[in-house]
This record gives sequence, structure tokens and C-alpha cells, in this order.
Amino acid sequence: MTTPLRLDVRRPAAGGESEFELSLDVPSDLGYVGPAVELIADRFRQGVLSPRRVRFNLRTALAEALANAIAYGNRLDARRLVHVRVEAGRDAVHIHVTDTGDGFDPSAVPDPRLPGRVEREDGRGLFVLRSLVDHVTFSARGNSICLTLRAG
Amino acid sequence: MGFSLTKDKRGVVVVGVDGQLIVGNRQELKQKVLDALEGGSRKFVIDFTKTGYIDSSGLGVLVSLSKKVREQGGDLRLAGLNEDLQTLFELTKLDTLFSIAKTPAEALAAF
Repeated sequence: MTTPLRLDVRRPAAGGESEFELSLDVPSDLGYVGPAVELIADRFRQGVLSPRRVRFNLRTALAEALANAIAYGNRLDARRLVHVRVEAGRDAVHIHVTDTGDGFDPSAVPDPRLPGRVEREDGRGLFVLRSLVDHVTFSARGNSICLTLRAG
Repeated sequence: MGFSLTKDKRGVVVVGVDGQLIVGNRQELKQKVLDALEGGSRKFVIDFTKTGYIDSSGLGVLVSLSKKVREQGGDLRLAGLNEDLQTLFELTKLDTLFSIAKTPAEALAAF
């Protein structure tokens, strides 16, 4: 990991303390997941989400989305970037994570709680992610995910 | 941040997870536990008292380690999960796979 991560922060002219936009490009190396999550979570120390939800829900869900984009979307090719865009408003936070891959069909991912799958090492990412945020949507191509956490 | 290993008088290895257990550092935990297993240790407690979050890769490495320890006739137990982390284990049904104690002391006493 040699490339530093650069977080771009923007505030709307009329917005309050809790309204801002972040954008971040992350090279497709799994070593960047932790630092990228901290960089973004650090911007939520006060405001729209409770400290508990920032510590657990936001961090875990963002780590899952980034790891999926890096490993499956961009196939661990560090020259390809995953783009993260965060829109924090008074009522909700939307986090868009977009890779440059061909996308996937989220409905084809099996439930990791099924008998015989609980003992498996992998296959829980999407399930964990869905469990921790209020809403998840995918782009039509399947290479971009949007996580929504309502305020509170 | 990181993993700390201590061994009690009876040889139970307690591994503290400070910060997070995720895709970026799970390999380090795996190697530490496998090295201890190789070195003859058979009883392990993973202590999450100081853990903020665990992602699905972190869960996966625990599943894999537990399997490897059991294959050698040992046991790997979890302790110190806060309410959110406990919920994560319940949601994924991994609470059915692991022996989970409230505190590391409780986990040690149960060995």
C-alpha cells in the first residue's frame, strides 16, 4: 500500500454541520479497506448517525461493500479504482460504492444461513451488509451499490 | 490496533482483537493462531472486548480456525462480544457454531 487515500469533502453553501458530500477513490487492494473505512467514518463523529451506528453499522457495511467491489468487481487489480461517494443529509446518509467491473446479479447469491452453508468460510458479505443498513439498491449493471442509513 | 496473545497457567491461549477483524488483517490473526496450534496449544479464547467491528471475512476466518483447532482435538471459544457483535453472530447463525462466553474469564473457567 503506497498510494495515499485522498478524501474530497464538500459542503453545500446553505447546508448545516450534518450536510456534506464525500468522495474517495480506493485502489483495488484489500489492504485499503480498513484505512478507507476509517477515513469516512471519521467524518461522522458528530451529526446525523449515532456513535454506535457509526462504529458498527456504517463501518461494517462499508467494509463489505468495498471488499466486494475490490475483490469481485475489480478483481484485485490495484490499477483499477473503486469510487465511493457519500451524501450525508439531515434525514439519511447514502453511500455509493462503484467498481469498474461487469456487475453481478445480487438475487443469485444464496442465503448463508441455509443448512450446509453456515459452516462455510465465505459467502456472508452481502447478507451482513443488507442486515446492517436500512436500504440497499444496485445499479442496473450491478457494479454500483447504494447503502442508505436513516438518521439516528 | 492488532492482536495480542497471552497464555494462562493451564496453557489456554487468549487472543485479544483490538480495533477490528476484517479483510485487511484477518490473515495476521489466522497465522498467529495457526502458529500457536503448531506449537502445541489446543485451547483458545478469542477476546472481542476491545473490538469495534468484524466483517464477513473476519467471521470466515473464525469459522476456518475453529475447524482447524477442532481437527487437532482442541477448542476455540469466543468471548466479550458487545450487543452489536452478538447480534451479528445470531443473524448469521454462527452463534450455533461457536461456544460464546460473556467474558474471557467465563470462557477460561469453562475449559
